[in-house]
Amino acid sequence: MYALADCNNFYASCERVFDPSLERRPVIVLSNNDGCVVARSQEAKSIGIAMGEPVFKCRDRIRRHRIVVRSSNYTLYHDLSQRVVQSLSHFVPDIEIYSIDEVFMDLDPLAGRDLEMVCRQARTAVGRWTGIPISVGIGPTRTLAKIANRIAKRDPELDGVCRLPDEKAAREDMLAAIDVQDVWGVGRRWASRLRELGVHTALDLSRMPTTELRRCFNVVAMRTGLELRGESCLDVQDVALPRKTMVRSRSFGTMVTEWSEMAEAIATHAIRAAEKLRLEGARAAQLSVFMSTNRFREDLPQYHRSGSEAMMPATSTTPVILKQALAIGRGLWKDGYHYKKAGVMLSDITFGHDQGMLFDVRDHERDHRLMEAMDQVNLRMGAGTVRPAVGGLRKRGWMMAQRCRSPRYTTRWDELPRTR
Amino acid sequence: MPLDVSRPVTGARVIARPLLASRVQAGFPSPADDYVERSLDLNEELIRHPAATYFLRAGGCSMQGAGIHDGDLLVVDRSIEADVGMVVVAVVDGEFTVKRLAVAGEGMVLAAEHPGYEPIPIGPDTEVRIWGVVAAVIHRP
Repeated sequence: MYALADCNNFYASCERVFDPSLERRPVIVLSNNDGCVVARSQEAKSIGIAMGEPVFKCRDRIRRHRIVVRSSNYTLYHDLSQRVVQSLSHFVPDIEIYSIDEVFMDLDPLAGRDLEMVCRQARTAVGRWTGIPISVGIGPTRTLAKIANRIAKRDPELDGVCRLPDEKAAREDMLAAIDVQDVWGVGRRWASRLRELGVHTALDLSRMPTTELRRCFNVVAMRTGLELRGESCLDVQDVALPRKTMVRSRSFGTMVTEWSEMAEAIATHAIRAAEKLRLEGARAAQLSVFMSTNRFREDLPQYHRSGSEAMMPATSTTPVILKQALAIGRGLWKDGYHYKKAGVMLSDITFGHDQGMLFDVRDHERDHRLMEAMDQVNLRMGAGTVRPAVGGLRKRGWMMAQRCRSPRYTTRWDELPRTR
Repeated sequence: MPLDVSRPVTGARVIARPLLASRVQAGFPSPADDYVERSLDLNEELIRHPAATYFLRAGGCSMQGAGIHDGDLLVVDRSIEADVGMVVVAVVDGEFTVKRLAVAGEGMVLAAEHPGYEPIPIGPDTEVRIWGVVAAVIHRP
């Protein structure tokens, strides 16, 4: 059995933890790059603010409903995300980070226990400890857990946790109510082709012959069909989404105690993540690195840490991401621990080429020359000189957006929340 | 009988020995060899539940009697169940405040520890909510 824990309205919820005056008020969070809405509190959703809507189109509603507008504060979101993961790991040993606000949990190690009860306890603890509300869906596959999570979010009577019924008939009733487009990994493009084939709901998709799914789409679609029937065969990294985040991480075969080994792992993840990003025509504006010891080796000292930095402008260029990932990793590294896991997460992801054609990475030669030029400027005029120079075109918009950024409450001594 | 060193003795007991930092030398050993432990980490002492612990900065002087001064660092643990007598961070009118949780008459109040502050009643019909428990205060004299 699997569970998917998903933070409710994550960025908006993060803003609320340290600014209680935002409770019950509509809150929206904007992307750093293009002034679009990237997160909405429930109240803002009810007003009809759409995901991805450009902020200039919502000006009227913002004024009329006194909507609180925040620039994205990824430093804060990453810190809280890490806390949510850590809190969950007190209850469930096997956790895979899927995105900044979603975590898959393998519940098989908890066999024999009341899984719904464990998930309810975990949900309550995460809410109390971190201040972030979450919903949990439980099902025999990741795809079904994701569907259960969707149901948990929508039905207030479930109190944030939904376990898909084991009986086939009851489960099929639930699947019949799920639009095929909302199935994990299907997306808009496949959905319209599926509809042409008469497949409208998750139940329809589960009944489609797998050979046909494979013939008409690909192997991932075939596995999705199998997963809907309860047969687990999809991995977190198989499913590409119009994503908010890109995570690459892995547990080490043997525990790592040397920085050189850790650096190799981080580099591998960073290179892979950058490649994947380019493959999807995307770039990221935020980079995080995390590392942790084995929580279940209570005989060993424990260490869990993540660090996160903005990348400006948003990039998918390997050397840039690699260098910054290693720098963050070096800052986190502490000798004397046995590390079990490390990973890299890219977020604040945008698509297309709206910001600086200079960084079009498909032109590798040009990119390379640019990197060289940058390094030389920095060498002569001091490290970092090239950042404002390169960011020149973007700088004004970025700074304006940053004007509504909340303090980095958890990572800066001079930005801590204050009591009255 | 000569000792066969070419293969390991099976069933031998493994005895762990601490690895010392300096090389073995004739004469006195380095006094540092007694101290191969990791150095003290304040986080370990002050933070029991890292995922649930936040730092806040105290403002004002309403808790001077409890040794909390303006600008002090509050280590706030949200995993601790708030109980009477504990110093807590609460939300009052959308703002954070630090006070002691106390009993007054039938109900509970947030009590200041400085003259001139009225206790703030807590109840189902008030807008007051406990946010976390102050587990430690760091004060620079």
